[in-house]
Amino acid sequence: MKSLEELKKIREEARKKVDLREEKKGTRIVVGMATCGISAGARPVLMALLEEAKKRNLNDVTVNQTGCIGVCRLEPIVEVYRPGEEKVTYVDMTPEKAKKVIAEHIVNGKVVTEYTIGAYEE
Amino acid sequence: MELYRSHVLICRGTGCTSSKSDDMEVKLNELIKEKELDKEVKVVRTGCFGLCEAGPIIVVYPEGAFYSHVKLEDIDEIVEEHLLKGRIVDRLLYKGEEEEKIKSVNEVTFYKKQKRVALKNCGVIDPEDINEYIAYDGYMALGKVLTEMEPKDVINVIKDSGLRGRGGGGFPSGLKWDFTSKAEGDQKYVLCNADEGDPGAFMDRSILEGDPHAVVEAMAIAGYAVGANQGYVYIRAEYPIAVERLQLAIDHAREKGLLGENIFGTDFNFDMEIRLGAGAFVCGEETALIASIEGERGMPRNKPPFPANSGLWQKPTLINNVETYANVNQIILNGADWFKGIGTEKSPGTKVFALGGKINNTGLVEIPMGTPLKEVIYEIGGGIPNGKKFKAVQTGGPSGGCIPANLIDTPITYDSLTEIGSMMGSGGMIVMDEETCMVDIARFFLDFTVEESCGKCPPCRIGTKRMLEILERITSGNGEAEDIDKLERLAENIKSSALCGLGQTAPNPVLSTLKYFRDEYEAHVNEKTCPAGTCKDLVSYSIDPEACKGCTLCAKACPVDAISGERKEAHVIDQDKCIKCGACEEKCPFGAVVNK
Repeated sequence: MKSLEELKKIREEARKKVDLREEKKGTRIVVGMATCGISAGARPVLMALLEEAKKRNLNDVTVNQTGCIGVCRLEPIVEVYRPGEEKVTYVDMTPEKAKKVIAEHIVNGKVVTEYTIGAYEE
Repeated sequence: MELYRSHVLICRGTGCTSSKSDDMEVKLNELIKEKELDKEVKVVRTGCFGLCEAGPIIVVYPEGAFYSHVKLEDIDEIVEEHLLKGRIVDRLLYKGEEEEKIKSVNEVTFYKKQKRVALKNCGVIDPEDINEYIAYDGYMALGKVLTEMEPKDVINVIKDSGLRGRGGGGFPSGLKWDFTSKAEGDQKYVLCNADEGDPGAFMDRSILEGDPHAVVEAMAIAGYAVGANQGYVYIRAEYPIAVERLQLAIDHAREKGLLGENIFGTDFNFDMEIRLGAGAFVCGEETALIASIEGERGMPRNKPPFPANSGLWQKPTLINNVETYANVNQIILNGADWFKGIGTEKSPGTKVFALGGKINNTGLVEIPMGTPLKEVIYEIGGGIPNGKKFKAVQTGGPSGGCIPANLIDTPITYDSLTEIGSMMGSGGMIVMDEETCMVDIARFFLDFTVEESCGKCPPCRIGTKRMLEILERITSGNGEAEDIDKLERLAENIKSSALCGLGQTAPNPVLSTLKYFRDEYEAHVNEKTCPAGTCKDLVSYSIDPEACKGCTLCAKACPVDAISGERKEAHVIDQDKCIKCGACEEKCPFGAVVNK
């Protein structure tokens, strides 16, 4: 160890790996990961969400999985819970769409209407 | 960079490991691999979570789901349900007294009342991964000290903080640092006393198992402050997990250049090594410990000279306990005022206690000093099991004393415990219920000190042996009228004449029980009865013919066929055959078996 700066750098890197264990107050993103979700390709979506969130240092965001959300034909489904706002349900997701959701909805606060269940149903 | 959506923390402290958490860790990893979750889920081994009674413990993040009493066969379900499908396994969640299942580790009452400073990282980080320690500000204190502070500033911060030795004595740590720094000498040493010997105490082991880098870092800081470049940790070989993790921590710190030469680009050099002890209680005494490191027989010597002036190989030596060191980094990072803000004026900070005996939540707790005993026993500890009555609590191990129920509101500080005839000690806290015989407890501790006395000074070698003989006489029903006075006189004499702390404090368990439970001693001697009903030679079992329904359960349970009687008729115990094992009393559904 040559300097305090070097240690701080290691700390920043290392912190990203453990911040999962801190209590989060921010946004919760949930991916439907029952058999239906997984077979429809939920896993790559989940990984894309995680990767994008890390890349942007969104430390207050948790990405989690859940069971069957119920509309199996629209899987992979991603739901976003932002504190104080109504839940948003995205359907028929792909890793690319997931990245866009992070960028627009999570970072900028604008719901990506075209991917939501409402838009799909119309 | 590795990305994980979930961390599975599994306790690999000694307690949970002895309940097979090592096999569970292997199985978790196998199943996670099998389900191809190994890129998403990471298994993290941690040190002790503290709630040992509920072990083995597994915590799954990000939910913080707190699984307790996990068995090897439950691992399948955790992986299949929770990790694969995202459904928390309700059945395995920890249940508090409220009988409500507790989902998150943050909701558990046991933790809510605690303040974790020394145990900050225990159960949070992987002790074998230096990067996890660094993530939680590890080595920042060392960096700050080396790059921004003069050695005398470091000593002043420790002095200001009011930190006192956590090994039992409670000597102001800053003063020790100051003495050692001012002592003349070309070579100085920093030692860590990890020879935890009190029966029932395991906080030092848990710190070394759960957060070994904290000790490595603090010793380097101490080295800088007092002008030493070499440290030794004296630890008992019977702590294999702690030894292994500490060695790993030292190796990793060396690799990263946090031990060795020119640390943080300064001209400060520091390295450390482990020295294994054979587990003799007396080696926790500092001069005996030093003798043992030197390769001599572990025996204490007269003080002065104190180790600060003439310690290891006659060089100025700083010696502190594990828990004391574990506080140092936090004090440096947060400042002396922060530390003084916790606890009481004369006993600042927190203290870790190992809760054991007749208590619901057996485990490791860290509380601010000044917390009343009552709160620790009833709120954090969850009270006495099976609706029994609280009788006394023993603190300080073989050097401490028993505190009776009427003093349970006493705040826990060094001075208040000493005032009522006990002591802080290293932090063992053994709870006793109405079925514990206080004379027998005193005998138990004396038995321990007699065994552990090194034999160097006669008051301890001969005196404690004589005390034990008297106690054995009393508990076996052969006590004589003058025995109690004789015991008291002996105790006072040993206290004032023994060479080291071991002998000077050995009579404490006897003196404190004599002070608060003299009537029990008198009952043993004068009436030849044991009020708690535990001294075998003084109890006899009999069956109340009114209450007995003749169910024959007692007769079946008796290992020596001492109970006879016809079905549906009152049974009788043959006193000549009875070995007083108490099996009949346990089995009787009607409470008809009485012991007097």
